[in-house]
Amino acid sequence: MTQDATPAPASPFAYAPAPESTSVVDLRASYGLFVDGAFVDGRGESFTTLNPATEQPLAEVAAADSADVDAAVKAARRAQERVWGRMPGRERAKYLFRIARIIQERSRELAVLESLDNGKPIKESRDVDVPMVAAWFFYYAGWADKLEHAGYGTTPVGVAGQVIPWNFPLMMLAWKVAPALACGNTVVLKPAETTPLTALLFAEICQQADLPAGVVNVLTGAGETGRLVVAHDDVDKVAFTGSTEVGRQIARAVAGTRKRVTLELGGKAANIVFDDAAIDQAVEGTVNGIFFNQGHVCCAGSRLLVQESIAEEVLDRLRARMSTLRVGDPLDKNTDVGAINSREQLDRINELAAVGEEEGAGRWAPDCELPSTGYWFRPTIFTGVTQAHRIAREEVFGPVLSVLTFRTPAEAVEKANNTPYGLSAGVWTEKGSRILWMAERLRAGVVWANTFNKFDPTSPFGGYQESGYGREGGRHGLAAYLQEENR
Amino acid sequence: MAAPPTAATPSSAAPTDPLGVAGSDASLRRFLHGLPGVDQVGVEARAAGLGTRSVKTTAKAYALDLAVRMVDLTTLEGADTPGKVRALSAKAVRPDPTDASCPAAAAVCVYPDLVATAKQALGSSGVKVASVATAFPSGRAALDLKLADVANAVADGADEIDMVIDRGAFLVGDYRRVLDEIVAVREVCARPGGHDAHLKVILETGELATYDNVRRASWLAMTGGADFIKTSTGKVQPAATLPVTLVMLEAVRDFRRATGRMIGVKPAGGIRTTKDAIKYLVTVNEVAGPDWLDPDWFRFGASSLLNDLLLQRQKMRTGHYSGPDHVTLD
Repeated sequence: MTQDATPAPASPFAYAPAPESTSVVDLRASYGLFVDGAFVDGRGESFTTLNPATEQPLAEVAAADSADVDAAVKAARRAQERVWGRMPGRERAKYLFRIARIIQERSRELAVLESLDNGKPIKESRDVDVPMVAAWFFYYAGWADKLEHAGYGTTPVGVAGQVIPWNFPLMMLAWKVAPALACGNTVVLKPAETTPLTALLFAEICQQADLPAGVVNVLTGAGETGRLVVAHDDVDKVAFTGSTEVGRQIARAVAGTRKRVTLELGGKAANIVFDDAAIDQAVEGTVNGIFFNQGHVCCAGSRLLVQESIAEEVLDRLRARMSTLRVGDPLDKNTDVGAINSREQLDRINELAAVGEEEGAGRWAPDCELPSTGYWFRPTIFTGVTQAHRIAREEVFGPVLSVLTFRTPAEAVEKANNTPYGLSAGVWTEKGSRILWMAERLRAGVVWANTFNKFDPTSPFGGYQESGYGREGGRHGLAAYLQEENR
Repeated sequence: MAAPPTAATPSSAAPTDPLGVAGSDASLRRFLHGLPGVDQVGVEARAAGLGTRSVKTTAKAYALDLAVRMVDLTTLEGADTPGKVRALSAKAVRPDPTDASCPAAAAVCVYPDLVATAKQALGSSGVKVASVATAFPSGRAALDLKLADVANAVADGADEIDMVIDRGAFLVGDYRRVLDEIVAVREVCARPGGHDAHLKVILETGELATYDNVRRASWLAMTGGADFIKTSTGKVQPAATLPVTLVMLEAVRDFRRATGRMIGVKPAGGIRTTKDAIKYLVTVNEVAGPDWLDPDWFRFGASSLLNDLLLQRQKMRTGHYSGPDHVTLD
């Protein structure tokens, strides 16, 4: 089968817009910092957070300066030493369970606010992100009174400075905060500059749960605020998820200090499709692997490695499937691909896509209409890509897939591993023994078999090489938040 | 391959074996087992995802009328009488007596001995008569009896024949036998001077157990010259499910890409609510494509679905819900 990617004729069965109501969200004109159990004004220069789908301002948000950071770390230290670190695990568990239940109760509010601030489709924030956030708190609540069985000791590290990215604002918060609190640590959390709102709503939830003051502190701000949190002398542990570049800066900043650090950085994952794969599901998994959350996923399957013998057929089906993706209003329940999170990120995606064209790769995107305002990028594939192309090596962090081919399993492994990253990989084949053979050889923190982008609180997640170090999730996720000497 | 042809009217001159794969038992088997596998987790996840599409206002109004036009209004009980079939036929022609804008159903589906009654009751309404022949629902009878069953229904004027495949032969790997039966039935569907009865082949997916089998049986039926592939008799649980229908829609989509021929799909059994029907339509739209959103290419085998569709239509028209007493029993 050859080129057969003409978009399907317009259907009379065009779904009418089905926007989720925003009335559940009580947006305030401005937000302060959350320090020591209370909302306070920030001393830095406040900034505006935008709705990336409309470019309209959502709210003014305070920025924390060094004095604010100091106050938050002091509050966290006090709470850790006097209350939270001394509290029996079973008591901490009650708070975490309570937070998890409130997240479920307020799930619609959280999902709508997340989609407003981030631009991700409501069906993802509603059906994936928020349920996962609740699950993460439930899971680590369960560990709080069983730490002695985990094998990492029972003594908390102390105060954790946590800096999280804009792609999964709530989920990354949960991945960081839930295990830290379960182990008896307190946290100073810095959400991303473009997506601070749900972290502030989470702060409200902490108040609602009567969490003792100072256990969770939320400092909004840009990169400088993050640097101050990481560099603060009284922070015992740094946890960061974000770009490899910032990860390097953090590693330098904490080098030679007593601080412990976990980094979860970029990726350039390979999604490897063998000729005996369940082909429709492999295509679906490829679509999910790269276009989920607009490709703003560190473990996104951004390189499709397809066996040469079925390459044309897979591409054909992939183009047909991509033509059914609906790009647009994130709050419409039928939207599959939402807005790019920021102008800056859109510029970077455009830049790298242009590089792909210059390199001579074949660019293709479905002919879908994009809204006139907001930040948008069509789901795009580049064919004829080789290992020597920049788009096969650099993380685009957007809905852009590079398609490469291979002939043998060994070649697939070589190509998949030929990257400075190593966060995830996918293998698509009906042959169980080949899955195991591949999984042994792929240098990636997660290898998915016949699926992609599946997360679970019980399963550890983290990277090799420039994708960072340390593991989050599962029993392993406790290790970063407990003292080594007790191991 | 060439660009897909535009939707054509169903042709009963369906060639058997358009891909030339049935030359020998071995080549038939090799072909069916060479089809890409179906991953259960993946296909069920995709079906669940399609089930969350939100269809409302204009799209919903369109979907409701389309679904009504796709219903094969069915009665397959031992207690069926001419009176019951006449009532059902009247309902198929005018589903909602209070609303002249309501379209007619696609067909009434009855046992072979009631075809003549249905045919007479439907007259020139345009509503088709479908009949379940071939020793429905088990299909466990000698081939000559099955063919006689079909011949009777065809002679009495059936427009469509719903045949069951020999699941025992399929499960034991005797694909040739299944194929030969389909080809034989299709010959009996022919009428001198054209106007052949259309052949719907029932796979009884509930007894095939795996999605791989559903895909193979779909291709086997299409190779044998089926005009439609149908999930179930309605007498076996599970009957139609969304993931099974999705796999069959992928099969007809791929068959069209390979041969240029369009084959219809009919889920049957257990589809009772408008909500469910709309999930199926969404799946048709996004998996096979909008060309299949037509009673010529997609049907619902259902008895109670129609009333729920009518209640929803009334709700859209009047703005409030009525109740079961506002639609006719049958």
